[in-house]
Amino acid sequence: MAKSESEITWKDLEIGCIVTEPGSARQYETGAWRSQRPTYDFDKCIKCGICQLYCPEGCIEQNQDGYFEANMFYCKGCGICARECWPRVITMVEEEE
Amino acid sequence: MTTRVGVEVSIAIADAVKLCNADVVAAYPITPQTHIVEHLAELVANGELDAEYIPVESEHSAMSACVGAAAAGARTFTATAGQGLELMHEVLYIPSAMQLPMVMAVANRALSSPLSVWGDHSDLMAVRDTGWIQIVVENGQQAVDNIICAFRIAEDKRVLLPVMVHLDGFYLTHVIEPIIFPEQGDVDKFLPSYNYPFPLNPDKPVAMGDFGPPFIYTEAKWMQEMNLRASKKVIMECWNKFGKAFGRQYLPVEKYHSDGASVLLLTMGCFSETAMVAIDELKAEGNDVGQIRLRLWRPFPFEEFRQAVKDADVLIVLDRAISFGGPGGVVASEVKAALYEQDKKPKVVSFVAGLGGRDITVSGFKEIIQKGIEISRTGSENEYEIYGVRE
Repeated sequence: MAKSESEITWKDLEIGCIVTEPGSARQYETGAWRSQRPTYDFDKCIKCGICQLYCPEGCIEQNQDGYFEANMFYCKGCGICARECWPRVITMVEEEE
Repeated sequence: MTTRVGVEVSIAIADAVKLCNADVVAAYPITPQTHIVEHLAELVANGELDAEYIPVESEHSAMSACVGAAAAGARTFTATAGQGLELMHEVLYIPSAMQLPMVMAVANRALSSPLSVWGDHSDLMAVRDTGWIQIVVENGQQAVDNIICAFRIAEDKRVLLPVMVHLDGFYLTHVIEPIIFPEQGDVDKFLPSYNYPFPLNPDKPVAMGDFGPPFIYTEAKWMQEMNLRASKKVIMECWNKFGKAFGRQYLPVEKYHSDGASVLLLTMGCFSETAMVAIDELKAEGNDVGQIRLRLWRPFPFEEFRQAVKDADVLIVLDRAISFGGPGGVVASEVKAALYEQDKKPKVVSFVAGLGGRDITVSGFKEIIQKGIEISRTGSENEYEIYGVRE
């Protein structure tokens, strides 16, 4: 993107606001909506991946050690992963900042 | 060829859509639009029109299917009326904002309740702000001509907008009128095949109708507004080209003995022709009266309208719908707004009449005009006058 959000004028928009760049929704930081974030006690994790299956944002991936972890750029903090994690690895905590 | 054929106006509209080589028709039948889509279904079933006819389960689906068809780059047509237009309402904003060209004939009908299948302009006024180009016609020939023009305007690369052609339900849709059909070859020349710049295409993917966060929504709406306003130039250019090619000229504001007249009557739709007879009779009786008609409702032709009324002392406006608890006549209130900043302006007198299929006769129009002149002198406590109600 050549221009930042605050620089785009109405004349810069494509006809009908059509988006011609595939996958551009990736640039949208849905993580900015978050009021709580997941924290992990990986000692309890059995790497079952149930959190990944239930994540409505599809933002949970395995890290280098094979543990499942949310990508904070996209995680909206809904807490579904914490609710579904039956070994109780995930605890939601308030975003302090 | 200039042979006149006697044909029901609904059938003529369907035949005009065939002349335009529509690719997709998605519609749900509703009185008084039914004959238009019935005949189109017939033309497709008989192989006379090579198009997809999508029978849908509602008008909401009809408009949604049209949005999809137009996004794929198809020349798209639909028609509806009254309640059907209202059921479409939510979807109407989509093709105008997404700049998807299509043409819709609206057989203007009153809105329930009480249930009325008969004509007025309640449905027309309810879709005023949907961002469509809106053309109003007064007879069958104008309907046929403007269906053809509507496709050309909609598909113009400088416009790319959906267009409604409003015609009065029953008064026009169900009457047999003499129509001159243009030759297929001439229509093909006037309306060449078109390519939507960004059709849905798996090889070149695009996203349409994305969400617009606060940082971009205002810009998106302003682009839409600028585009709709700019379309007036293209609409007039199209009407001029049509006039040259087919000999029938259309204008955003049509005039009838209006130049220099001190009293003007403003009408929209087929009642205008009855009003013309009243104007003729009043003139013959020595009255200084004339008529103007709004052909183009959106974008509103501010310049042409102001020019047309600049020398008049009184402007009587007939509305065929009520804005309840508000100014009464929507057209009258828009006209007043258009004139407010002008130094010299006629006194506007607003009448509502002709609701739910109630006729206004020639003597009715004469009475409205005479009462309007009287009110322009005496003033009135009412926001608007309702004509013909039994008290």
